[in-house]
Amino acid sequence: MNRFYGIELPNPLMLGTAQYPSPAILQQAFRASGAAVATVSLRREGAGGSGQAFWKIIQDLDVLILPNTASCLTVKEAVTTAHMAREVFDTNWIKLELIGHTDSLQPDVFQLVEAARILTTDGFEVFPYTTEDLVVAERLLDAGCEVLMPWGAPIGSGRGLNNEYALRAMRAEFPEVPLVVDAGIGLPSHASHAMELGYDAVLMNTAVARSGDPVAMAQAMMRAVEAGNLAYVADPIDTRDMAQASTPVIGKAFLS
Amino acid sequence: MKIVLNGDPLEVAATTLAGLLEERGISGRVATAVNEEFVQASLRRSRDLKDGDRVEVVAPMQGG
Repeated sequence: MNRFYGIELPNPLMLGTAQYPSPAILQQAFRASGAAVATVSLRREGAGGSGQAFWKIIQDLDVLILPNTASCLTVKEAVTTAHMAREVFDTNWIKLELIGHTDSLQPDVFQLVEAARILTTDGFEVFPYTTEDLVVAERLLDAGCEVLMPWGAPIGSGRGLNNEYALRAMRAEFPEVPLVVDAGIGLPSHASHAMELGYDAVLMNTAVARSGDPVAMAQAMMRAVEAGNLAYVADPIDTRDMAQASTPVIGKAFLS
Repeated sequence: MKIVLNGDPLEVAATTLAGLLEERGISGRVATAVNEEFVQASLRRSRDLKDGDRVEVVAPMQGG
């Protein structure tokens, strides 16, 4: 597995921390699955200091923290959010999200490249949430990104890998770059599929947190990404149009 | 002095950003911005506030 800014992850599951039925279920989902990375965000601090309670929960998880710039719409907003996240979470890692379309939450890749360049120059280790576009990917790498995170499908849609062809092409184009399918996962089979394509990790939130049993689903996702990764390493067979008998024909008794 | 804290208009006695956080009882893991510009923690004490300033204070939150 490729390293993420010098860090080798113990496993390929990155899990969001939003939308769980309770903090206890969030904690159980992480513990039961063993997810390697937790994504987090920043929001206005209320009078009761609710952010501090959440910070304690995150610390107790003892996983790598990947703060995001979720729902940022401009370069300035995303860059300022990244600076705030670096101070609060004490990490150079930033999941850079710049939203360009209200309904699909598709990344605004033009602003994404610009913000990535500013942040990498300032010492950030940027995880850009991008589309499967290879030209944009090249620009992001030129801007200093050492990881790419193409979407599988729109955030929260659970549709899986909308464009397998393009995701496969991205893997082939950038064999040395850590690649993460981020967003759109709904089922363990989607996550496994991403790993079977040779991706280095899968990032998801809604598929686990909004399922009927987030703890069980988190475990299912972990098994799926591990199975997919093992399968990729094991070099799957090529597909064929016609059958090829698996049982030897030689030695078959003459009985007809 | 009147400022806006996290979108809410507020009358405050504090004259610095650090003073404002103390006055509002905000501590721990937070980051601050004044008029949409990030102000790092080490500069909060020397950051004077003026009438009409827009202050944002953010903290860790769930995210995907």
